[in-house]
Amino acid sequence: MATKSSASAKHVPAFERHGLSDEQLVSMLRTMLMQRTLESRGFQLNRQGKIPFASASEGHEAVQAGAAMAFHRGSDILVPYYRDLGLDLGIGLSADEVLLSLFARAGDLSGGRQFPHHYASRELGLHSISSVIAAQLPHAAGAAYAIKLRKQTGRAVLVTFGDGATSEGEWHESLNFAAIHALPIVFLCENNEWAISTPLSKQMAQPDVHKRAAGYGMPGVAVDGMNPVACYKAVADAMERARSGGGPTLVEAKCYRFLSHTTDDDDRTYRSREEVDERRKNDPVPAFERLLIENGVLTADAVAELKREILTETNEATDRAEAMPYPLPRDLYSKVYADTYEPWR
Amino acid sequence: MAVMNNVEAVRATLYDALKNDDRTLILGEDVGARGNVFLITKDFVNEFGPERVIDTPIAEASIVGIAVGMAMEGLRPIAEIQFADFIYPAFNQIVGEAAKTRYRSNGEYTCPLVIRTPYGGGVRGALSHSVSIEALFYHVPGLKIVAPAFPADVKGLLNASIDDPDPVLFLEHKKTYRLIKGEVPDGHYTIPLGKANVLKEGSALTVVSYGLYVHWALEAAQKLQEEGLSVEVIDLRSIRPMDKATILESVRKTRKLLIVHEDNKFGGIGAEISAMVAEEALFDLDAPIRRLCAPDVPAMGYALPLEEEYMSSPAEMADAMREMVRF
Repeated sequence: MATKSSASAKHVPAFERHGLSDEQLVSMLRTMLMQRTLESRGFQLNRQGKIPFASASEGHEAVQAGAAMAFHRGSDILVPYYRDLGLDLGIGLSADEVLLSLFARAGDLSGGRQFPHHYASRELGLHSISSVIAAQLPHAAGAAYAIKLRKQTGRAVLVTFGDGATSEGEWHESLNFAAIHALPIVFLCENNEWAISTPLSKQMAQPDVHKRAAGYGMPGVAVDGMNPVACYKAVADAMERARSGGGPTLVEAKCYRFLSHTTDDDDRTYRSREEVDERRKNDPVPAFERLLIENGVLTADAVAELKREILTETNEATDRAEAMPYPLPRDLYSKVYADTYEPWR
Repeated sequence: MAVMNNVEAVRATLYDALKNDDRTLILGEDVGARGNVFLITKDFVNEFGPERVIDTPIAEASIVGIAVGMAMEGLRPIAEIQFADFIYPAFNQIVGEAAKTRYRSNGEYTCPLVIRTPYGGGVRGALSHSVSIEALFYHVPGLKIVAPAFPADVKGLLNASIDDPDPVLFLEHKKTYRLIKGEVPDGHYTIPLGKANVLKEGSALTVVSYGLYVHWALEAAQKLQEEGLSVEVIDLRSIRPMDKATILESVRKTRKLLIVHEDNKFGGIGAEISAMVAEEALFDLDAPIRRLCAPDVPAMGYALPLEEEYMSSPAEMADAMREMVRF
């Protein structure tokens, strides 16, 4: 894993760790590697015909690992979107839970009801979401309002979404409401430049999402979404501001979606290989590996060992999940309402 | 026991809820200083503060969506959509989010939320202040829908809705707001959601209705009583869940069913009731099921003849009842 040329070394930024310990940096790398491994596993299982569907967040590892490190487990609330596997892992979701979701087994957090990567866990502070773009933003504002109403200083909500979501009315409504009430919330845009096949240029005329913050009367921050430490810093500052009563912030992490939208998409139909190959040069995962090695946080051997460990963990979780039972047909009927309810049949 | 109209019953119930449970709050357009366009929440903001009586921006999707997030975090929000006609922007938040929160999270998160909204016509409200919206939502499992007609039911059902651990769409017929008065018991009480009320017993015909038309159907049935024709009138009160047992029991007794509602016929509440009765009690019937509903046009008009043509009347209901009894 040593740096191969002076050309690439030139691009390694001066290492500013923003107070992160070696342990935290390694934990972030672990989250990034785990995200990539699990996602790749999802695609493999789909191509093997073992699962119906998987989705992709390759290219989002840095922003998600950074944001997850800025999240206070046990007190903050995460209202994610469906492309947030790394963020979910970073706040405590396990590989087993991911595989159970991919396999749609009974032990999945949603009991096999939801698409992959729509996790909900009160213990983790992880909200339940649908796949409807931007529909989770008002929920996040409402959760932040609940925190403020109860005067729970020290807690905040982190809500995430892609660039496509910023076109939705509920996106606007939620930022506006959060600003009016100075809510403890951070709006994190993972701007990967693509909404399935629709490029940023057809989503908005002005490509800097964070600049819109001014229109709502809140701070807007742009950050290199391929740099996990910078993302940590931007989100941590915004979360701290939110937790201490300073109100909302819009953070825009500029990243890129390396893969097709999902296993059912084919990005060759709408964007060139040249574009993707060019952007791949900025892949945040090997870049962060190199950074940690060059700065003596980890040895190349330790990184290789970490990868082996993650692969083993993923393989074992895959086998365990595959061996688990599906939900039963009768499970279709439960949890429609709180009380005993006999659905009309 | 106090005599109240429906507006006063809503107001008194909301007041008690805010007073007795600090998890409750009201959010909507003009609910604060103005005290809601019908003055239902007048002065609430002074007593409970702007944090719990929230004047929202004009943004219905997020009025409901924010309330969903509050509910997921343990508050008991009571969201108001100023007029039911304005609820459409919130459709996804009601149908796609609130109604599915419990189900999609396998019970991990729930959505104890009340969405109140005035609906219905006969008030010269034209296209956008007169609609009935219940049929657009009653298709949706996970949601409960209540449409009371009497002040005592307003209180008992609104209390039950606020206590309910799942989302409830609470429909208030705006023409009944000040028109309908009645005795309301003191203190806290609830009426279970999903229980219809047999308002008048009869033997020759069952009439099922809800909202304003309950009053008109009752008036018509009483007129028929004077003519010696015995009609049973059922006030559904809850549209979802629906009280199948009470409807079937009545229909098996009277052997005839007339459904009257203000909403248009096609795909309306009456369609489900008649299908259910046809499935479960066809051979108990002595006459075809009949639905007296609004015509299949987009809305009632502003001009009086256009409103009157859309709406039914006690006289029209009485005619339909006579025809059915004599069938």
